[in-house]
Amino acid sequence: MEVWNYINGHWVTIGSWTLDHLWLILVSNSFAVFIGVTLGIFIAGKGREEVADTVLYLAGIMMTIPSLALFGLLMPLLSALNLPSLGFLPAVIALILYGQLPILRNTYTAIREVDPAMIEAGRGMGMTPRQILFKIKLPLAVPVIMAGLRNAVVINIGIATIAVFIGARGLGVPIFRGLRTSRTDMIITGAVFVSVLALLVDGLLALAEKKFTPEGLKK
Amino acid sequence: MIKLENVKKVYQDGTEAVKGVTFEIKEGELCVLLGPSGCGKTTTMKMINRLIPITEGHIYIDGTDNREMDENELRREMGYAIQEIGLFPHMTVGENIATVPTLKKWSDEEKKERARNLLNLMGMDPDEFIDKYPSELSGGQRQRVGVARSLGADPPIMLMDEPFGAIDPITRDRLQDEFLKIQNEIQKTIVFVTHDINEAIKMGDKVALLKEGKLIQYSQPAELLAAPKNRFVRDFVGSDRTLKSLRLMKVDEAMKESPRVVKEDQDLESVGRIMEEEGVNYLIVVENGNKLKGWINREDVEETGQGKVTDAMVTDTGAAEIGTNLADALTVMLERDVANIPVVDGNNSLRGLLTFNDLQGLIGETYTESGGKHPEVPR
Repeated sequence: MEVWNYINGHWVTIGSWTLDHLWLILVSNSFAVFIGVTLGIFIAGKGREEVADTVLYLAGIMMTIPSLALFGLLMPLLSALNLPSLGFLPAVIALILYGQLPILRNTYTAIREVDPAMIEAGRGMGMTPRQILFKIKLPLAVPVIMAGLRNAVVINIGIATIAVFIGARGLGVPIFRGLRTSRTDMIITGAVFVSVLALLVDGLLALAEKKFTPEGLKK
Repeated sequence: MIKLENVKKVYQDGTEAVKGVTFEIKEGELCVLLGPSGCGKTTTMKMINRLIPITEGHIYIDGTDNREMDENELRREMGYAIQEIGLFPHMTVGENIATVPTLKKWSDEEKKERARNLLNLMGMDPDEFIDKYPSELSGGQRQRVGVARSLGADPPIMLMDEPFGAIDPITRDRLQDEFLKIQNEIQKTIVFVTHDINEAIKMGDKVALLKEGKLIQYSQPAELLAAPKNRFVRDFVGSDRTLKSLRLMKVDEAMKESPRVVKEDQDLESVGRIMEEEGVNYLIVVENGNKLKGWINREDVEETGQGKVTDAMVTDTGAAEIGTNLADALTVMLERDVANIPVVDGNNSLRGLLTFNDLQGLIGETYTESGGKHPEVPR
């Protein structure tokens, strides 16, 4: 009841936190996809097995750094570069890093696992390596890359709440304030909105995944 | 025309996969590269379109060294079909077939027309199949689409690596027959890799038998069977090579034309006389218009005595149709335990008579080993 009253009385504020949260996710994951897919394609190349191992290992380690610690590490680094060490920028950077592993790993795996017979056929018919990448490997990898993206987004929607500690706005704000002032209604409101947001975005991306999956790959 | 001149392939680890191979494939000829696994047949084929770089020697395509051409351009001028087919699952049958035309930037109409024509050629209804995805096709249909795709831009040369290797024997046999018919029409220069001696004999105008990277024998299939160069060839073609060579010949080449016949409504007395004159125990019975009706033999004529041919004839006869190979005809003879069978055309009209004696004569010829005369095999 308290929660309901709180939401009812503050829907404009909650709405703006939600939008901030979404914006943070949108910006960080757009970069994450771009970087992850590009890097994934690169390390999936012939003769780069060792580079791939190292990169995937590093991305794995990144996931194990507690988010609070990562935010803490970013602050001195950014101020040394004369960049804002609080607020939106460090939050985006941290989320990009957290989003890397699922996107990178899925891109890498999907490209490596394209049936060699198709690549052989493509090469034998005179496709250039570029044409093989864009006409065969990537279209076939899309569903797996999309699954990685969904994974990254859901993880990041959760982690983005913590970004409030370094001054980024979002649904972490009511949780943070609620903790400080022992306002359970605010904590619950923030938590519920984060969960619902994660579910909704995941659902949307599932639809997108379906849409982007090439027709012939659907069962 | 494809000419290989002392072609060698040495891999970085020092393995010599191909040790100096020289031979020539004439235009419009289907050349089978045959041999056990590891003999270098696939490597040799892949050096033709440079999927595998040549270490030493030259391969000339219509007189031009293939290393002087752009490798992708070179490959687009050669159809390429492999055992695993490698159809692109995210593209429709039509898009798959138009792979090379797309690379060559044909217009959409041209691509579509080409895909439709090729599906027709493969005996697949274009309306039904052009928009289907590979996952909706059976194994045999995929194999056909794979071949159609390799013919996509109507290349003068085709490279085929065990293209019928991954399907059940019955479908394979049918696809081989279909492909031979198609080749008859399109007359491509084809390099066809297989490890299956039967496929090689059936498909090849020429067979290049390789062993450990060396060309052991390069000849027509009939010659390979009749005059194997050495023990390896003899062992490879197998102890049943006589039967195999019978498979290469058609009944038309071995039958006696216009054998003596009697009509259905003739009376038995005259039949007896003819048998006496000819010194035979059997005669073929035909109806007016030369349609095969059956056999009549001396015992039945004598037992029945009076009457017409119809009273004494045997109607259930085996027959071989024109175009049947001699091995199949022999099977019919053995199954029915007869020494002669009539040869008929598609309308069941009598065309000739094949006797066991003639077959024996041919088998004898195959057995005369090196230098032995062997029947020419027109294709």
